[in-house]
Amino acid sequence: MLELIDTYWLYFLVGQYPEGPLGGLVLTILLSGAALVLAMPLGLLLGIARVSPYRAISLPVAGLVQVVRAVPLLLVLFWVYFFLPAVTGVKTSQATTMLMVLVVFDSVYLAEIVAAGMRALPKGQLESARSLGLGYGAALRHVVLPQTLRHGLPSIVNQLVSTIKATSLGYIIGLSEVSFIATQINTLVFTRAVEVYLILALTYFILCFGLSRLAFLLERRLQRRVGQAS
Amino acid sequence: MIVLDKVNKYYGDYHALVDITERVDNNEVLVVCGPSGSGKSTLIRTLNRLEEIDAGRIEIDGRDIHAKNADVNALRAGIGFVFQSFNLFPHLTVLENCTLAPVRLKRATKLEARDYAMQLLERVGLAHKADAYPNALSGGQQQRVAIARALAMRPPIMLFDEPTSALDPEMVGEVLQVMRGLAGEGMTMVCVTHEMGFARDVADRIWFMAEGKILEKATPQEFFAHPQHPRAQQFLADRRRD
Amino acid sequence: MFFDPTILQSGQYHDWLVQGFFLSIQLTVISFAFALPFGALVAVMRTSTFAPMRAAGATVVEAIRNVPLLAHLLFWYFAFPELLPESAREVLYANNPEVICAVIALSLYAGVHMAEDIRSGIRAIPATQLEAARSLGLGRVAAVRLVLLPQALRASVPPLLSQTVNLWKDTSVATVIGAAELMYQAARVETASFRSLEAFTFATLAYLTVSLVISLLAHLFQRRYPVRTT
Repeated sequence: MLELIDTYWLYFLVGQYPEGPLGGLVLTILLSGAALVLAMPLGLLLGIARVSPYRAISLPVAGLVQVVRAVPLLLVLFWVYFFLPAVTGVKTSQATTMLMVLVVFDSVYLAEIVAAGMRALPKGQLESARSLGLGYGAALRHVVLPQTLRHGLPSIVNQLVSTIKATSLGYIIGLSEVSFIATQINTLVFTRAVEVYLILALTYFILCFGLSRLAFLLERRLQRRVGQAS
Repeated sequence: MIVLDKVNKYYGDYHALVDITERVDNNEVLVVCGPSGSGKSTLIRTLNRLEEIDAGRIEIDGRDIHAKNADVNALRAGIGFVFQSFNLFPHLTVLENCTLAPVRLKRATKLEARDYAMQLLERVGLAHKADAYPNALSGGQQQRVAIARALAMRPPIMLFDEPTSALDPEMVGEVLQVMRGLAGEGMTMVCVTHEMGFARDVADRIWFMAEGKILEKATPQEFFAHPQHPRAQQFLADRRRD
Repeated sequence: MFFDPTILQSGQYHDWLVQGFFLSIQLTVISFAFALPFGALVAVMRTSTFAPMRAAGATVVEAIRNVPLLAHLLFWYFAFPELLPESAREVLYANNPEVICAVIALSLYAGVHMAEDIRSGIRAIPATQLEAARSLGLGRVAAVRLVLLPQALRASVPPLLSQTVNLWKDTSVATVIGAAELMYQAARVETASFRSLEAFTFATLAYLTVSLVISLLAHLFQRRYPVRTT
């Protein structure tokens, strides 16, 4: 196994870069991070809309969330990669396609995290902010959202883990993320399939398990802070 | 200063406020008391429109706070409100809690807000906790900060919704002391409270409420010595037994 | 964009898509049948009073959960056969290996997620329930069987149905190892006819319908059997 790692570690890590586009583990991580960061503003907006007392705003968002959660991510990926170019005339690269689809999915799941956090915040926080004369927007910005995001941080980290796992679907449209590279390596080496795929699994495990432990520790730290206040 | 005219409020079929028509004068300290469910919290919350009303008018300084096109934020900035559960912002320091609104609403520059907030914290005895976070403070300390936070907006009126009901007994005194100080300076105050000692010593008038109506209005002397309404008599008798 | 519904109603493309849909359903049902008992077993392991049992359960869950389904599929299809003795491997290859490997991967992946749902169902039941049962003289196994599990399962049904929706969506990933389920067939139709709109619309409606039906079942169950606490 060691000589396998020795020969192919760079390819596994960055794909064909710099002789080609970025790939491998680095691509997986960058895509996931970028998707989550880009999805945050949209997720915030959708989350705020989701808890709005005006049903004309909250119901369409609820509908959108239901639809996005009812279809496989792979299907949306196919729509964007195969169908959209026929309509717009613009063919997007695999990486761009993957990023767009991840942003859509992440913003919907982030919206649910934000909405849940806002609902969980004691009503008195918003009331006291409004009593001081702050408008709804200012109250959200300075009082409600800072607390919501702080409490939602473990869930957001877990969403990052989901996103990392979701990038693997790019394999199916030929994106050179880490699973795709692993299969390329397997084709080159041919007789060491078990080792190649165990290394792939281990890589994901270290990355995802590490992040979910971080989320767990964040959750614990939050519980302690809240415990002090009461 | 505060005028209520035929104010009515319903929760579904339940008549929570029944034809309230009263006034509160400048510099007056008004205490509202009564059994739980009497509508006293509801009433005080309608004064800064945390609760809506179904009929009638409420005027603060001549302006109808429940008007459709009223600038609620501007009106609220002129009314200080202290909650039973303090509601300090846990993610901000004590000082930041007090300067947030004045700075955001452009009532003061950062420096001016800071200076005035420190003065107020000094006055409530918590200047040394300016950089602490609310979760490091006791209940009584948090409530005193909440009062300073409300005062930082320089409101001409202060409303108190059962400010000591959520406090352990030994901390009630420190909060009442701040409130007495405010009353002594001539602040217009409306307090919903169970603290009869405070009412007796500080209030100019007492409203006794039950079932959404103001059943008795009197000075503290009259109220405690000769309550007129049978419900008020029952209420005071129950209180004396505690 | 001209939408031609006739290809969906009859003809070769229609047949492909319908076959794909049925295989997706079969994958879901068969994997569910394996995943649920597996999940229940792991959940009981994780709530055992015997520490090594708990650790083993936790290891299984984390090892499977932190690796994306696509990587699992790749492992079972490309690497696992290498580990089998020659005769077993031949049997595998002779009998629809794509479907068998897909079922293994899907069962394990869905199974550990169900294990977590069942575990939180068990933990939601206050310890006092078990104490009360024991105080009446019931043995541990009987107490678990008659008092704990019925309540735990009732609490677990909504998240389990949610996992079933996830399983249904996850069958789409089996296309990566060549299982001829709905996504595979939709892509096949697209390649053969360029009719991406019709093929993907069919797939979208299929996924949406089944997802929403399962979600509706969950909603009805929660209404009819609400979680009653004392």
